[in-house]
Amino acid sequence: MPASTPTAGPHPVESGPGVPPLLARGVERRFGALRVLRGVDLTLAPGRLQLVLGPNGAGKTTLLRVLAGLTRATAGEVLVFGESPRGPAVRRRLGVLSHQSHLYDDLTPVENLAFAAKLYGLSEPDARSRDALRTVGLEQGADTPVRRLSRGTVQRAAIARALLHRPEVLLLDEPLTGLDPLSVGRIVGLLSAQLAAGTAVLLVTHSIAEVWSLADRVSVLGNGRWVIDEPRQGAWEDFTARLRASLDG
Amino acid sequence: MAELARLIAVLAAKDLRVEVRSRTALVSATVFAALVLVVFNFARDPASVAPETLAPSVLWVTFTFAAMLTFNRGFALERENAALDGLLLSPLPRGALFFGKYLANLGFVATVQAVTLPLFVLFFNVGLGGALPGLVLVTALATAGFVAVGTVFSAIVVRTRFADLMLPVLLLPFLVPPIIGAVQVTTRLLAGRPLSEQVTWLRFLGVYDIAFITLCALVFPALFDE
Repeated sequence: MPASTPTAGPHPVESGPGVPPLLARGVERRFGALRVLRGVDLTLAPGRLQLVLGPNGAGKTTLLRVLAGLTRATAGEVLVFGESPRGPAVRRRLGVLSHQSHLYDDLTPVENLAFAAKLYGLSEPDARSRDALRTVGLEQGADTPVRRLSRGTVQRAAIARALLHRPEVLLLDEPLTGLDPLSVGRIVGLLSAQLAAGTAVLLVTHSIAEVWSLADRVSVLGNGRWVIDEPRQGAWEDFTARLRASLDG
Repeated sequence: MAELARLIAVLAAKDLRVEVRSRTALVSATVFAALVLVVFNFARDPASVAPETLAPSVLWVTFTFAAMLTFNRGFALERENAALDGLLLSPLPRGALFFGKYLANLGFVATVQAVTLPLFVLFFNVGLGGALPGLVLVTALATAGFVAVGTVFSAIVVRTRFADLMLPVLLLPFLVPPIIGAVQVTTRLLAGRPLSEQVTWLRFLGVYDIAFITLCALVFPALFDE
């Protein structure tokens, strides 16, 4: 699935040379007295994957919501291709997979994706939806209401929805959750193709082993700030041992 | 403008499709309306209260509470699987989100009203005769405004823990003006008075519609600013 030429129409927001697909500077987020994010910085280049790890409650999901423009940062700024992620033009270039599928239980995956395709102004919404579902291996079940599908099938449909409009920036929260080994391999292959096509990917996961080889940078969020933020190096087992020591310490 | 209209139609069509598939709001609201009419029909003493005295109030109480059931459903379906986030992440302008939901709610409420009205005639033995066009007009005018308010409040309460409980508490005070107007006009129409005598009330309902549809459209986008 090529990622660089979405067909959703003209993009008023330009990505000139040197403008990173995703940039966050000093991002803070408070919920009352609770400081969930404490000055997070990140820069994501085209075709790069940044792995975001961290224990439960470290602020990973909040970070993703802030980067996606769903939640405002209390301080700091987030720029997608140099613009706020809340603008409609930027939204066409952003794909998000969250813990929840964003699918309607009473509609089939094809109907759900066709609805999303129409929101993004894509041509031939039904055909595009079936294509997207095919790329995640979801031919069977494409016409079954979501409420009757298994957890893994719903997850694949949700991934197809996130990729449907061929976004140039992907924010993925635990994309491999609930998937069987075959599907994991397929989604990892899909991610690899996205990166090759120039898509910038921020990936929050606990499944380090499966995606380690795709990562360019590995960041660990602890108590709302990076406790590790470095280029990927070595084997994931070594990193995990170091991560455990870092979090314990 | 054409793109906005397209998005509004896409969203409303999706809501209607989900409703046709699940039949949650329409069936429950219609059954509820029928039950309210049955209860009022048997609860009154026909010797002391004439049907035409009670009928307009009963009709509008039924319309109002049945509408609330459909409002609750409108955003509750966006809560499942955080579908609302999917909408907010898309290029859909918040204004189109409001008008799409508004249009779908109008469709649901109008359907419930269309089913309720014949039941009302049956239970209260009210002859509509020449009053029907006027009744349709006043129903349309009153419904247009209170559905806008209902759409906004259902969006407000959907993220609260007691959405079903909160909606009537917040919404009812705003529905009092159009209900008063609608009951006044309905009473006179059922008494055989011509519609031309009801211009003041019809204007009042028209002003309410313009004011609240505009206000709701302006307020709605801010509701999702997390």
